[in-house]
Amino acid sequence: MITEERLNIPARATKRFFFMIAIGLILLAVGLVIAANSSGGHGEGHGEAAAAGHHAAGWGQRLLANLWMNNVYFTGISVVGILWVSIQYVAYAGWSASIKRIPEALGSYILVGGIVMVLVFLLPILFTGHNTLFHWTDHSVHEVGNPNYDPIIVGKSGYLNVTFYVIRMVAYFTLWFLFFKWLRRESISEDLNGGLDHYNKSIRLGATFLVIFGVTSSMSAWDWVLSIDTHWFSTMFGWYVFASWWVSGLAAITLTIIILKQMGYLTMVTSNHLHDLGKFIFGFSIFWTYIWFSQFMLYWYANIPEEVIYFQERLGGNNNHYTWIFFFNLLINFAFPFLVLMTRDAKRQMLILKIVCIAILIGHWFDFYMMIMPGTMGGESGFGLIEIGTALTFLGIFLLRYTKELSKASLVPVNHPFLEESVHHHV
Amino acid sequence: MTSKKYILGVFNDEDVLLNAIEQTRAAGTKIYDVFSPYPIHGIDDVLGIQRSRLPIVAFFCGLCGTSFALWMQIYMLGFDWPMIIGGKPHIALPSFIPVTFELTVLCAAFGMVITFFIISGLRPTLKVPVLDVRSTDDKYVMAIELKEGTDINKLNDLLRSHGAIEVNEKEVVK
Repeated sequence: MITEERLNIPARATKRFFFMIAIGLILLAVGLVIAANSSGGHGEGHGEAAAAGHHAAGWGQRLLANLWMNNVYFTGISVVGILWVSIQYVAYAGWSASIKRIPEALGSYILVGGIVMVLVFLLPILFTGHNTLFHWTDHSVHEVGNPNYDPIIVGKSGYLNVTFYVIRMVAYFTLWFLFFKWLRRESISEDLNGGLDHYNKSIRLGATFLVIFGVTSSMSAWDWVLSIDTHWFSTMFGWYVFASWWVSGLAAITLTIIILKQMGYLTMVTSNHLHDLGKFIFGFSIFWTYIWFSQFMLYWYANIPEEVIYFQERLGGNNNHYTWIFFFNLLINFAFPFLVLMTRDAKRQMLILKIVCIAILIGHWFDFYMMIMPGTMGGESGFGLIEIGTALTFLGIFLLRYTKELSKASLVPVNHPFLEESVHHHV
Repeated sequence: MTSKKYILGVFNDEDVLLNAIEQTRAAGTKIYDVFSPYPIHGIDDVLGIQRSRLPIVAFFCGLCGTSFALWMQIYMLGFDWPMIIGGKPHIALPSFIPVTFELTVLCAAFGMVITFFIISGLRPTLKVPVLDVRSTDDKYVMAIELKEGTDINKLNDLLRSHGAIEVNEKEVVK
């Protein structure tokens, strides 16, 4: 007989998460003060540069870019949890039944992510008239006769305008949040009532979500990441962002399972389940590289100025500011998982899998850094107190939501029809 | 002409068979092979079959493919017949990657298949003695090689006590 298994979050852990947020906020505040003072010292020099048409990014821009980047990253991981559960339902997967509560709980961040994203986008527009992260929100760009007039951006304004943008953003988050809630509700009432009704309904929900996410994942990637480089375009960009989200989501799921197992929970999860998760991570690391390289090589080879500018900013341009991250990104997100997770034994060992998961989570954070910083900060992005502080704050909030959601229901879906199959899973 | 004698334990059920394999091996009897109509899950572990080392072959064949592809392109386009293509340098690594990838996969796949055929001895002239035709239908057959000095009655008892429905003796002439 399979019994429930409740996760007990010790008060110590919750305290630690709050401590993490506090440290993050302090680092962020100190970083901002230092950045504001140092740029104040150069104020006059920058004023001249700005008058000469040179755009200088200040501490405010750096804060916005960091908030945006971390929120996009954590929102992605969160929504990947729901996607993962949906795929398992649609595929009638049996092996994953005993671990499905973990990705299910990942969705808990979506609400916070939505609120933060709307605020970070709208507040600068409300106060200053335009959001400096997004060049296209600047009014002067749309005014004929204005020196800043930009016919390319005007041509895109049917899609890229503030009203439609906000409507889309709210729509994505509402849909994602609703499907998170609905799948979660079916899953929890299955625990109470049993039977196949909840399972069948979950399949229908999952199939619907796959269609919705297929569209919204690409569109949100254009909106949130691609539109920063407003002139630039890539037909692969939706896939690229999705691949990055998906593999970091897989790493987050696997890392949680390993940590919970090491704490003594999830007793029915064996090295066979870890093996399959390891294959997932291994395979999709390669998938991400494939997408990344396909995008890079076509632009690099064609060498058309309006296309290749994106990679020039990142590789060699901006005084080589991003060059080391460019190669670090490939190394940690492709070479490392590819070589380390290649053997069967590596995928079945918790320690190695854990190291790879952490590396991938860090690596894809830098991937998003590479996507967002060059377009918003130019050559002046940094990696210091502000970046670490913001990341820690977001991580703390994310973990608080996530662990709370995990502890709300049994870690074992006791009435899942495939649970028995999952227990005996063997590869 | 050499001939070998086998004792065949015929089983009706997969679980009984798995248990019998374990017990037989625990009793110190060496099992020659087990025949079943379909692959039985977990039988490799029970029979104590070592994991295949084919992945290692795949890795090194893939590595050969990678090195060959890179060498070929760098030599041809960089030294043997340098050409300017699209204003790129002669040795333009990113444009070599698709070919390198394809050759890596090709060499790894072919290397694995060829190694598998050689190691397992699969060839058109191979004659496989079917010890009991029913093992292609609905019975599971465990074969134990009969060597000089083996006590047939003891084996018979052992197999029957673990659920064999029949125990036969079969001589195979090679």
